[in-house]
Order: sequence, then C-alpha cells, then structure tokens
Amino acid sequence: MLELKDVCFRVSENSKEKEILKNINLKIDEHFVAITGPNGGGKSTLAKIIAGIEKPVSGRILLDGEDITEMSITERARSGISFAFQQPVRFKGLTVRDLITLASGKKISITEACSYLSEVGLCAKDYINREVNASLSGGELKRIEIAMIIARQTKLTLFDEPEAGIDLWSFNNLIRVFESLHEKINGSIIIISHQERILNIADNIIVLAGGEVTAQGTKEEVMPKLLASSEACSTLLDKLA
Amino acid sequence: MDSLQKSMLEKIADLHEVPEGAYNIRSNGALTARNTTANIDIVTKKDKPGIDIIIKPGTKNESVHIPVILSESGLKDMVYNDFYIGDDADVVIVAGCGIHNCGVDTSEHDGIHTFFVGKNARVKYVEKHYGEGDGTGERILNPTTVIHIDDGGYMEMETTQIKGVDSTKRDTEADLKDGATLVIKEKIMTHGKQTAETNFTVDLNGRDSSANVISRSVAKGSSKQIFNSNIRGNNQCYGHTECDAILMDDGHVNAIPSLEANNLDASLIHEAAIGKIAGEQLIKLMTLGLTEQEAEEQIINGFMK
Repeated sequence: MLELKDVCFRVSENSKEKEILKNINLKIDEHFVAITGPNGGGKSTLAKIIAGIEKPVSGRILLDGEDITEMSITERARSGISFAFQQPVRFKGLTVRDLITLASGKKISITEACSYLSEVGLCAKDYINREVNASLSGGELKRIEIAMIIARQTKLTLFDEPEAGIDLWSFNNLIRVFESLHEKINGSIIIISHQERILNIADNIIVLAGGEVTAQGTKEEVMPKLLASSEACSTLLDKLA
Repeated sequence: MDSLQKSMLEKIADLHEVPEGAYNIRSNGALTARNTTANIDIVTKKDKPGIDIIIKPGTKNESVHIPVILSESGLKDMVYNDFYIGDDADVVIVAGCGIHNCGVDTSEHDGIHTFFVGKNARVKYVEKHYGEGDGTGERILNPTTVIHIDDGGYMEMETTQIKGVDSTKRDTEADLKDGATLVIKEKIMTHGKQTAETNFTVDLNGRDSSANVISRSVAKGSSKQIFNSNIRGNNQCYGHTECDAILMDDGHVNAIPSLEANNLDASLIHEAAIGKIAGEQLIKLMTLGLTEQEAEEQIINGFMK
C-alpha cells in the first residue's frame, strides 16, 4: 500500500512561490488506480514525488508502512517502485536489449527480452539490437518504455500517460498489457490518464486539479462528476480569472 | 613474448596468441615475429624504419595484424608503414599500439601509415591505442594515416583510444577517386591531464565519391580534446562529418568541423554536439534501480561501444 500524508510541493517562479501540490492525502491499495484531471493539475509532479525524482517540501510518503520520504530514486526503485515516463528518454549507444536487461536487474536471455517486446506489440527481432536513439519514433519509444516496466515487475508501477503517442496500437492491447502485468505482480498499478477507456478499467479514480484531490472513488462515483466536466472548467476559469 | 607483452597484445589487437594469417609484431623498436601468406607479403623497408604490406589483387577474406608494443621506458619509436591493397581485394587490417611505461622517461610511438586502396578493393582497418604503467613517464602516440582510394574502392577505418595515452595528435588525410567510399569511426576517451588532438582532411575528388567521418568522445578530469575535420567536395559527391562529445568534470572539447564545397553538386553536412550527460538519462536509469555512478558508467559504455 502507498500512503501520502499531507504532501506539499511548490516551486519558485519569478521569485514567487507557486504551489503545485497542496496537502495531498491518499491511500492507494487497489490494483488499478487512475489519476486524472486537467493539465497543470499536478499529476505528473505527484508521480515524480512518488518515484523520488522530486522531493516534497513537507509531508510523508509510506510504502507498505515504511517511510520512504527520504529515500533516493535508486532506493525507491529497489524497494519496488517503477515509473514509466510520459516522455521516454533517448540514449545514444544503448540498445533496446541493454535497457530491458538493466530494467530486469539480471542477465536475461534474448528470448526473455524479446518476449517483453512482443507484449507491447513490437516485433522483437527488428528492435532488440536497435539503439534507443533519435532513429526511433515517439510511439516506439513509448512501447519500449512500457516493455522495461514489464521486465521490472515491481509491486508499485506508475505510468504517466501511457496512451500518449501510441495511437496506432489499439487501446485493447494497452489494457491487456496492464491486466497481464497486474496478474504477474499482484500489486498496484497507478496510471495517469485522460482516456475514458483507461478510467473505465480502474478500481479507483483520483481526480487531481489545482494541486488538490478534488474527488476519489470508484468509477461509478467519480465518472458522472467528471463527465459534467465541472472540475476542469472551474479550474480553467480560476486560472483565467 | 612475455606475459606483459601478451596482455598488451590482447588490449590492442584482441589477440591471445599469434594471429592467423599475415602478421608483423614490433616490440620495443625491433621485429619480434612475422608471417606472410601466399597473397600477403610483408617486407622491411631499407631506407627507413617500417614495412611494406603488399596485398595481391583479388585477395579475399584474409587479415593482417601489425601490432606495436613499447614496454621500455624512454623509448622513442618512429615507423613508416605502407599498405598496397590490390584491386578487388577484400581484407581486414588490424594495427594498434600499446605503451607500458613504468619508468620516468617519456615513451613515444609515432607511426605514418599510408594506404593505397586499389580499384573496387574493400579494406577494414582497425586501430587501437592503449597506454598503461604506473611510472611518471609520459605515454605519447602520434599516428598519421594517409589514404588514397582508387575508383570504386571502399575503406572503413575504426580508430579507438580508450585509456592511458597522455598525449596524442592524430592526423588523417584522404583522397578519393570516382565512386570511392571512406568511413571513419573514431572513439576517444581522455582523463586526467591528457590531451588529444584529431585532424581529418578528406578530399572528395571523384565523381560519386563519399565520406562519413564520425567521432564519439568522452573528456573526463581536466583533459582536453580538439576535433578538426575538413571535408572538401571537389566533384559530385557526398560528405558527412559528425562529432559527438560528452563532457565530465572539468573536461574540455573543441570541435571544429568544416566543409568546403568546390562543386555545385557537392552535398556536404556537418553535425557537432557537446554536452554533459543529460540529467534525464541518469534519472531514467536510476528509476531502474541503478545508482547515479552505475547509470553514468552504463551511459558512457554505451556511448563508446
């Protein structure tokens, strides 16, 4: 279980403090949790705080009861957190196989590495020895990023907008990847998404807007409010005002 | 050969024992071993130190190894090696120089390698430079490579200097005739107070000749690197030069790619990028459970692979 207690985060912008996250309190224990909400609402920042890339200015983060607030990115990764970036990183020289091997944390056979690629719909033999450089498209990178997460199989996995950039690959496949990952890890998968079809498979939906949790619950509880889109619009109006 | 020399051979030529095919092993300024084949002859020069390597036309799938080892401190070695690669031949040439300097005096090896690549011949030339030894004496390597490629010839040159050479000045000049192709891949890693200077000059004289000069380097410590490349398009031709460098600590890299088009149909491109390791690359690998240092090693190893 992941717990966030009074987590705050702010940045300085033109010597003015800007609050990005305001007293976030969350308990995440379900299998599929979706975080949604308007752009600029703090979703990606929250994911970075959970992965240790950003440090909260106050508040605590607990993973299975253990306080991980002061842990580095590396320590959190080793204690069971995976994070698929919204915008995957390119590496000159490192191959797809290198990254999948590093992700799995052990020596793996080509067959194993290939099986992770097949799961995300990439023909393994075409990709396994490719460099993860500018020659790969955004959609290909995104799938490789997801393959790395599958190779890690940790108890907590964060995806930041996994659907972005992979339009040609059907959502059904993406959802199937989440389901099979969940079978393997028996942990929590947190997905930041704007896609209704991803929200639909979530056991729990968290709405983050203006740095605050404005709704949390099952899709039956949250979706009607979302579709009325009051949250998004009021936030937008607040910003314009 | 003693064990030190064997270990140096492994570093510079991936050789564990004497190689198959033709070879010439030079150790501390003198010939140690030589083998020739029916198609490949190696002859000692009479007027100056060095050898002529003569490869008969049509020789296929043969290799030549010509490693040089310096293990005596204070030795200054200078050689002139000429390679005559016959028409239609297809060969691999592996050169390399290893310096082991335990003493206080400077050890230096300067080599001038000249290639005459025949019509429609293909050559892969691999050159590795390596220095070791805990003495305070400097290890200096100054290789010069001169390449002449005849009509339709192809040469690929891989030059690597990963460790231990204190100072190096590497000059490469090439001229290409009709339909000739030259590919140069350079890898350099410098650390401490080392300096490395690389100069490439390529003349694309022939119609439809092409050259691709790619350099990847890492400058650590307070080391300094200079990369000069000059491609001249004197005919309908294609030229591309690329310098990619990673800076670490107080490393210094100066990249000066230049293109000179002397013909309307010359198509020339240069690219240069210098910078430290991107923070997001480190973060990505750390989210996979690597420490910052492990992430850095992986990124550098991949980059120099």
